[in-house]
Amino acid sequence: MVQLTAPASHAVPVEVGGMTVLLRTDDSDFARMLQDRYVGFAGSPIPPAFEFDVELAAPRGVDPDADVEVRCEHGRWSFCRGDFHADWDPRTRRGRIRQTANPYSIDAVLRIVHTLVLAREGGFLLHSASAMRDGRAFLFSGLSGAGKTTISRLAPPDVTLLTDEVSYVRRAGEGYRAFGTPFAGELARVGENVSAPITALYLLDKGPANRIDPVSTSEATQRIMRNILFFAEEPDLVRHVFEAACEFVARVPVYRLTFFPEERVWELIR
Amino acid sequence: MNAKYIARSSAIAARRLGDEMIVMSALDSTLFTLNEVATAIWQAADGRTPLADIVRRTVCREFDVTPELAYRDAEALVDDLAGHGILLVSEEPIPSGLVQERR
Repeated sequence: MVQLTAPASHAVPVEVGGMTVLLRTDDSDFARMLQDRYVGFAGSPIPPAFEFDVELAAPRGVDPDADVEVRCEHGRWSFCRGDFHADWDPRTRRGRIRQTANPYSIDAVLRIVHTLVLAREGGFLLHSASAMRDGRAFLFSGLSGAGKTTISRLAPPDVTLLTDEVSYVRRAGEGYRAFGTPFAGELARVGENVSAPITALYLLDKGPANRIDPVSTSEATQRIMRNILFFAEEPDLVRHVFEAACEFVARVPVYRLTFFPEERVWELIR
Repeated sequence: MNAKYIARSSAIAARRLGDEMIVMSALDSTLFTLNEVATAIWQAADGRTPLADIVRRTVCREFDVTPELAYRDAEALVDDLAGHGILLVSEEPIPSGLVQERR
């Protein structure tokens, strides 16, 4: 008699910002790739907030620069890009991802899920590097080319890098807390999975000398809004993000950091 | 001259930061920063008060400007904001259901 056995299911819990998302796959190689990709963030003991079944599809030609589409119908979300399609129902806490065997699609899905969850909690993902020094977190925000990777690379040994690309900002009491993320930029190095209260946000500009200048609250808000990662277009959620940016500016000092790419810039970051 | 009524669109989010007002269109996330005078007009845009009255009571009383110049500038501002969909303009009073609550 032939015995039919189901393929073994592998579960990889990925915890970012204190929230665990469980990724299930039947493919052991893919599970191993996820473990490697999210080293330091995989294997969290925190019970998962959401679970996704990952179904692998055969590779096909996709546009790597395609825009992501995020939609919500009757409380059920769908995320779509050339390389993946995902459905997610926050009420049942379950979702499904169909993608090729690569780490970038999962990365995009995780970012989207976290932005949607954070939006309702007064937090956000910010296009910025962040680092921890003496138990305090500092954020360095700017678009591509502003110097996020450069300032991360220049960090002295007593600085713990949380991310060189996407910062995780969560409301914590009267202030905000930054968490390390596995979302890496040009440095291609995942951050440390630790967190600290945010002491300051620096808007990066490269220049001939190192200096810190104040910025107006309206400029700070506009710059932060420009750098917040948010993919959904639901007006209600967009309002939440705007409110979160305004609250952040009201509670966390924001400065312009003009810097010359040399290690001494870190003498100003204390 | 026909009366002009103005109201804050309900498809926006707004927050006062110091002397300025930051207004965001919730439809396309465009941000606008209103100065002190524009903020005063924005806050008075209840859909029931004619723009001429807003200018006379709010702008001319609080800022050193002639009524004619103030009204001309206010009209230009209103047209600009209406063009971005964050302010509603009508020759009739605007029902309160369409007006964003003042913050």
